[in-house]
Amino acid sequence: MSTNRSSYLNRRKVIRGILTITAFGVTSKLWTGCTPTAQQNPTNSPNSTGTNSPGGTTKPIVMGFIYVGPKDDFGYNQAHAEGKEGVAKIAGVKTVEEANVPETIAVQETMRNMINQDGVNILFPTSFGYFDPHIIKVAQEYPEVQFLHCGGLYEEGKHPKNIGSYFGYIDEAQYIAGIIAAHTSKTGKLGFVAAKPIPQLLRNVNSFTLGARTIKPNITTQVIFTGDWSLPVKEAEATNSMIDQGVDVITCHVDSPKVIMETAEKRGIFCSGYHTNQAKLAPKGYLTGAEWDWTSVYSKYAQMISEEKTLMNGGILHVVRGGLKEGFCKLSNYGPAVSEAAKKDAEATKAKFMDGSMVIYKGELKDNTGKVILPAGKEYKQQDIELEKMNWLVEGVTGSITS
Amino acid sequence: MLLQNWQVKLEKIFIPLAALIFSLFIFGIFCAAAGANPFEVYGSIYKAAFGSWYSFQNTLIRAAPLMLSSLCTALPAQLGLIIIGNEGALVIGGLAAVAMGLAIATLPPFAVQSAMAIASIIAGGLWIMAVGALRYYRGVNETISSLLLNYIAIAILNELVGGPMRDPSSLNKPSSYPILDINMLGNLPGTRIHYGLIYGIIACLIAYFLIQRTTFGFAVRTVGGNIRAAKIAGLPVGKLTLIICFLAGSCAGLAGMAEVAAVHGRANESLNSNYGYSGILVAFIARHNPLAAVLVSILLGGILASGGILQRSHNLPDATVLVFQGIVFLVILYSESLYGRLPFFKPSFRQQASKNLTTQV
Repeated sequence: MSTNRSSYLNRRKVIRGILTITAFGVTSKLWTGCTPTAQQNPTNSPNSTGTNSPGGTTKPIVMGFIYVGPKDDFGYNQAHAEGKEGVAKIAGVKTVEEANVPETIAVQETMRNMINQDGVNILFPTSFGYFDPHIIKVAQEYPEVQFLHCGGLYEEGKHPKNIGSYFGYIDEAQYIAGIIAAHTSKTGKLGFVAAKPIPQLLRNVNSFTLGARTIKPNITTQVIFTGDWSLPVKEAEATNSMIDQGVDVITCHVDSPKVIMETAEKRGIFCSGYHTNQAKLAPKGYLTGAEWDWTSVYSKYAQMISEEKTLMNGGILHVVRGGLKEGFCKLSNYGPAVSEAAKKDAEATKAKFMDGSMVIYKGELKDNTGKVILPAGKEYKQQDIELEKMNWLVEGVTGSITS
Repeated sequence: MLLQNWQVKLEKIFIPLAALIFSLFIFGIFCAAAGANPFEVYGSIYKAAFGSWYSFQNTLIRAAPLMLSSLCTALPAQLGLIIIGNEGALVIGGLAAVAMGLAIATLPPFAVQSAMAIASIIAGGLWIMAVGALRYYRGVNETISSLLLNYIAIAILNELVGGPMRDPSSLNKPSSYPILDINMLGNLPGTRIHYGLIYGIIACLIAYFLIQRTTFGFAVRTVGGNIRAAKIAGLPVGKLTLIICFLAGSCAGLAGMAEVAAVHGRANESLNSNYGYSGILVAFIARHNPLAAVLVSILLGGILASGGILQRSHNLPDATVLVFQGIVFLVILYSESLYGRLPFFKPSFRQQASKNLTTQV
């Protein structure tokens, strides 16, 4: 037995070695990853209870924010974390946050802990996948706590009354980014790195392309679907292969645009950001970007709550949506490569969005197989429910949903 | 003889405990470097993971899927196979459970639940049995093939929930149709813990009994010890490989069923949430002992449960809990090399062992 054992041990030693090296690699990588955030100032500023909160309420407003990924991902989660930083500055609002919470039973526990241990009374679980079944379940357990979910899934009568949802028409910002991209592109080929062919995302691709085609009617957008929200290696591959095909402006809709922006900058082409400002990653090639403005949205919620409005008493609408005009999204500051003509066109379109006269989807509109989506004379306004079921790509987009 | 056993047992308790304390010490240095008071952090971790029944439930909730998925690595290890296909078997088990739950939704809930469990057990079992068959009949490395099968399983999941099984109302997060509420597994009475925990503990107990106390288990361990000797002794190596792989996969499959039937209620990408990979870690830390796997799962569950409080009360970065987990497991793995080397446990043990050996011969 003893000889058998030693031969078995050898094999095991190899495995153990591999495991320890991996574990060490992971730990040390995370170690370096943490340092910048570790320096951040504590944001749960001691809540001076009762001292002049805006509406004169006695009950403190404690907001809990939950993110599915890291707070410094240059993407979806960072956009929300910046919104949280913004709202934390308002007097009388206390905030807590937790990052890297998976869409499993773990998020239910996080919500319960925030409510029980930190006294949170307004929760912002920001990931789309938190909603069903996690938020619905915990919301039933705590009817006095308000749950505000990013994604717009609330249905009257079906879901508990203490749930609300908010979402923005960020495709308006993508439309303007498309205008700037078309002005900048020399090859007439734009690139779009996308995660999954879901309606929200297709709408960004289509709006970006429609914006670009108002400037150059023959410009095309190549779209590549990577298949998941966070696949940095595939995203870099997609970027590189599009650049090889002559694409010279690239944008994306993935959780973290970081690697796409960096690859574009390294290869010397232009890029347009998404979710949050990525100008730092591509100082030369960054044109603009479609950014969320959660600070403005969360501040409005804080204002309403301090006026004792709640979801339960009807003071806060259950479904809140908006675009550029309502302050849900904004554009990054223009980069150095953006021409004066491009700025002029972009600003003119933005003004039309701000006064509400702009409609992106109007007939005659064809998809990229030649089928007429919208006959001449008809239009889909931003609020139109048809746009939320989008399963087509407009004329000018190269790529298909099924591939 | 009694004394000798006593010392071996003491060693088995002492070394992991010392390793745990040492890793807490290293983690304390990390916390101090990140600007938090280590002693307050220790207090918070204890409170968040084990301090009260409320927080211990949090720990158990997180431990439940790990117990089942760790068996997927621990059982084949008795045969000398390193299988890491836990994630894939879990996903396939979950898919099979949903498919079954939707197919016979109108039967009485207990029948539906049993059918879902059986479907997941069979699906997960066959999935890993394929790995065993490839290994035994074609000589394909089981570690690599099981790892690759994970990707295939996830691709199948995405394909099915995005296509044939898709509920058209799940626009932005493709999901299958939901299982009826009455067919869901509930929570244990008076707690927030679902029945997956009971499944896990029972499966680990059965696995321990099977491996340590039956002739089947003895045969499996013999094959693991020396496959050539086992073949000469006439043991049916192929059959044992297939059976053990089936059992391993069925445990992970059952974990998938518990996920869909107790938590998600439907199949979608959330099913693939790294429980399988954590299970591999648990199995290695537990030295492939199913009973130890229960304890290690609870330890890991406790560490995960404390992750939130570290962020919310101490302003530590979100990766802190992973750093802590990494340190604990690294130190425990290294501490394995100390068995039989510490002077306190060594001399009498070695002398007596050799004496016994000579007298027996």
